[in-house]
Amino acid sequence: MLADKDRIFTNLYGTADWTLKGAMARGAWSDTATFIDRGRDWITNEVKGSGLRGRGGAGFPTALKWTFMPKVSDGRPHYLVINADESEPGTCKDREILRHDPHHLVEGALLAGRAMDAHTAFIYVRGEFIRERQHLEQAVQEAYDAKLIGKNNKNGWDFDIVVHHGAGAYICGEETALLESLEGKKGQPRLKPPFPAAMGVYGCPTTVNNVESIAVVPEILRRGGAWFAGIGRANNTGTKLMCVSGHVNRPATFEEALGCTFEEIIEKHCGGIRGGWDNLLAVIPGGASVPCVPGEKIRNAVVDFDGLREVGSSMGTAAVIVMDKSTDIIKAIWRLSAFYKHESCGQCTPCREGTGWMMRVMERMVEGRAEKREIDMLFEVTKQIEGHTICALGDAAAWPIQGLIRNFRPVIEARIDAYTYNSTSEGAVPSIAAE
Amino acid sequence: MANIKVDGQLIDVPDYYTLMQAAEAAGAEIPRFCYHERLSVAGNCRMCLVEVKGGPPKPQASCAMSVKDLRPGPNGEPPEMFTNTPMVKKAREGVMEFLLINHPLDCPICDQGGECDLQDQAMAYGVDKNRYHENKRAVEDKHLGPLVKTAMNRCIHCTRCVRFTTEVAGISEMGLLGRGEDAEITSYLERALSSELQGNVIDLCPVGALTSKPYAFHARPWELSKTESIDVMDAVGSNIRVDARGREVMRILPRVNDAINEEWISDKTRFIWDGLKSQRLDRPYVRVNGKLKPASWDEAFGAIAKAVKASAGGNRLGAIAGDLAAVEDMFALKGLMRALGSGMTDCRPPMSGIDPSMPRAAYVFNPTIAGIEEADAILIIGANPRKEAAVLNARIRKAWRQKGTPIAVIGDKADLTYPVEYLGNGFDALTDLVEGKGKFADVLAKAQKPLIIVGEGAVSHGVALTKQIGRDTIALAAKLATGPAVAEGWTGYALLHNAAARVGGIDIGFVPGKGGVCSLDQLGLARKDELDVLFLLGADEYDLDYTGKTFIVYIGTHGDKGAHKADVILPGATYTEKSGTYVNTEGRVQMAERATFPPGDAKEDWAIFRALSAVLGVALPYDSLSQLRAKLYGEFPHLAALDQIAPAKLDDIRALAKAPIKTKIATYSSTVADFYLTNPIARASAVMGECAALSAGLKQAAE
Repeated sequence: MLADKDRIFTNLYGTADWTLKGAMARGAWSDTATFIDRGRDWITNEVKGSGLRGRGGAGFPTALKWTFMPKVSDGRPHYLVINADESEPGTCKDREILRHDPHHLVEGALLAGRAMDAHTAFIYVRGEFIRERQHLEQAVQEAYDAKLIGKNNKNGWDFDIVVHHGAGAYICGEETALLESLEGKKGQPRLKPPFPAAMGVYGCPTTVNNVESIAVVPEILRRGGAWFAGIGRANNTGTKLMCVSGHVNRPATFEEALGCTFEEIIEKHCGGIRGGWDNLLAVIPGGASVPCVPGEKIRNAVVDFDGLREVGSSMGTAAVIVMDKSTDIIKAIWRLSAFYKHESCGQCTPCREGTGWMMRVMERMVEGRAEKREIDMLFEVTKQIEGHTICALGDAAAWPIQGLIRNFRPVIEARIDAYTYNSTSEGAVPSIAAE
Repeated sequence: MANIKVDGQLIDVPDYYTLMQAAEAAGAEIPRFCYHERLSVAGNCRMCLVEVKGGPPKPQASCAMSVKDLRPGPNGEPPEMFTNTPMVKKAREGVMEFLLINHPLDCPICDQGGECDLQDQAMAYGVDKNRYHENKRAVEDKHLGPLVKTAMNRCIHCTRCVRFTTEVAGISEMGLLGRGEDAEITSYLERALSSELQGNVIDLCPVGALTSKPYAFHARPWELSKTESIDVMDAVGSNIRVDARGREVMRILPRVNDAINEEWISDKTRFIWDGLKSQRLDRPYVRVNGKLKPASWDEAFGAIAKAVKASAGGNRLGAIAGDLAAVEDMFALKGLMRALGSGMTDCRPPMSGIDPSMPRAAYVFNPTIAGIEEADAILIIGANPRKEAAVLNARIRKAWRQKGTPIAVIGDKADLTYPVEYLGNGFDALTDLVEGKGKFADVLAKAQKPLIIVGEGAVSHGVALTKQIGRDTIALAAKLATGPAVAEGWTGYALLHNAAARVGGIDIGFVPGKGGVCSLDQLGLARKDELDVLFLLGADEYDLDYTGKTFIVYIGTHGDKGAHKADVILPGATYTEKSGTYVNTEGRVQMAERATFPPGDAKEDWAIFRALSAVLGVALPYDSLSQLRAKLYGEFPHLAALDQIAPAKLDDIRALAKAPIKTKIATYSSTVADFYLTNPIARASAVMGECAALSAGLKQAAE
């Protein structure tokens, strides 16, 4: 478990002053100039040593991503783009940073910018985040006013931060769709390659990082990469903001070390499962797009990248959705299907056509108005989408259903049986209506 | 060059090749919908997925990934791709299934049936059963104007039409609205498209979502006989295929020719065909007591013979050839006139500054149409290429898109679909450039490959131009094209004609001969009754209102201006009804082929002149088209070299530049007022009429 002294986000709940004054009192912006002085390689190496993996869902090593940026500029400027388009259902971690600890992000942007020779950072804030954007904009302005960023600042690295407000589309959280949207175009993912590090925003080398990945960088540099690497298991180091929602006694967002078991976390931060552990049906451990895990499998699972992979799911954004036995799991997954159908950008075929198909089959399965062979068909359809699309939204739409079928097939079959059993000569009576 | 293994076969391809190109080089076929080699890569249909080794472990879109994106194996083995593995087969079947679940499968009533990419590829790569039992998506049809019909239920969102209209046609009037399965291709405001190239989206659409409105439900592709031919709507000479059923032309499609039209044609070229059927002259007429009366060929010839006999002959007989005449027709008419002792022949527009004494380089588009892409500065004088040669304009736009070529215009201020520096419409703007005044003069002076496009409006019947102004314009343009920085082998002087007949006519000397005068002067003589007989070979674009008592013989296809003035009408054949040679504005010789027969009693024009010559007692020395061509090629050997261009001599252009300049003041403007109504066939076409009315209305609405 994470000791209090190891917490990075010390104002997560907004109990203290979030402005520059308060942030500096908590240690932000100290030694920044020194880190800048030590140069690009030092920062990258320190972050590499910390073992920090991207906090946006995919878990790609952050420092490695930075090294993809050209070593020497070919004349084009380098850009850092920070993805604050946090729209994954269940995820509410970045908004706490934006609201209550924005200076972590602003300082992190400067340091990360140094690590990739970028003089400009764009922060793309989700359309629905109003207060978050106001706080962030104020924090950026404070940093400009205090000459911490901007031209000829105290820290010795010219740096501009542009806060950009999105218009509220889930797909704009995909890194290349975000770049398109940032450029003023319709938010549709780009083909890769070329990757953003070669050709990103406005055709220039760009790195897109999650808010949390950037926000932890100053603290890693201050305390040393080894400190961060000392928390959690190998390859799964550091602390992580987690957001637990659903059927726990006290849903919460909190910072915890990676490598604790699921039970430890829920008991410590959320007051246990509603109705006790025996009442736990399933958990979606990483935001809407990862497969769900049945309750009995998740209880002792280790919450980190590898630990959740072992139970057939993944860490994602560490947005834990807990469902107790009162949940209609089929309907819950149908709701996610409806979300992905609504948010598909419509650019490429499998996702455009497949998400609607899946949702409609799921809709019938919620009632039981389906045939059992359609379960296999649905699974095949998810496989036809997964890996065949331009971006990962197709995968994200496919995985929850795959998790459902893998883990709860008997529930679906029982629903179908019940529907058939309840049918009369006038036609079928949906089992839900009968309840 | 890079090595890559395609299905186990090692090949060597340039490293900028995409996987799709590499596969094609290895002979492996890859299905596709959204990919089109002349448009940007979208990668959205996912039909071209292949398996790769040395890349990510999932199927990759072969249209978007290039060979150099793949990494070699651990021991330096070349990267591998597969087009026939189970993964690829499954991917294709999956994508195909997705494309079909919301496709209406209304092939029996779809105009694309028989030439539909979706149909063909579903046969080749799809599965034969349907697992989708939900309701299909319904999409409202969109209004795109009188040319393109939509059936949006069929749309597979490949965005080819969007990419074509924005990239090639240069209008931002189509796009994908909405998202997910509710995404729709639309023209946003349900307004007709404003491009002269919009018909090409019909060819580009891989399904039946965008089809030809005039052709709707008229024919099936397998019923049509297909004839490869040449377009005559403008002087570009686009390569076309004429599809006919029985005696009717049903539609016209482009053929690929990278040197000329790539694979685009203008809307006038594509939709003109209904004009081939209406207002046709299908029998001879003779004017009796002021009224045109149907007559037999003998009666018509007899009337002409009487008029010619009554004349003093020689230069009191005149002939003017119109915009659509084939070289053979003009050759026969010229032979007839010369045999009658007349030098009164001309095929040029009124007051043309193109003098027969000038070298050929003075009146052709020397740098060639493909050469536009090489130019590093373009000046357009007295032309609106968008209206005069829409396909050529797309080429200029392509050059601008690819290299940002600086372009300036002297003449009408118009939206050419690319940004231009507007230098005014006066002669002084041109002299300023020659004297090195202004920003664009520097650009031109530094240009190694300057392209000076001289429009017909700058050398002929523009507003109050004289022949001298045309000659001076040619001289100044030649001077600009031969600056000191010009690269070796580059001839940048380019004359842009508007009529398919023009270059061929000048080539064979259908210009004033001994004692002859130009077309406008012939009409002036007629007005003064100093001309007895005037032959009009489809010449409808002249001011024929005042022709005095001159006996007018009109040889043509449509009841247009010339026919109304005629004393005798001899019905001829249109370009789809005869084999004829046309020389395009580049000086490229091409041959149009017969797709159907002329209607009624109408005959091929050369044969009319041959028969008439016998009646007039000066029989021409050939009895068949091949004999005529043998004579023609004997006199003008370059016409035998089909599809070839003799390179121009830069010294010829340098010589042109030396002519003394006498003009003080002139204004330039384009000669094409209405793109849709430039020739008798177009004026007879209801579709073109609708387009013209619409574009006039659009213009009004915009003002």
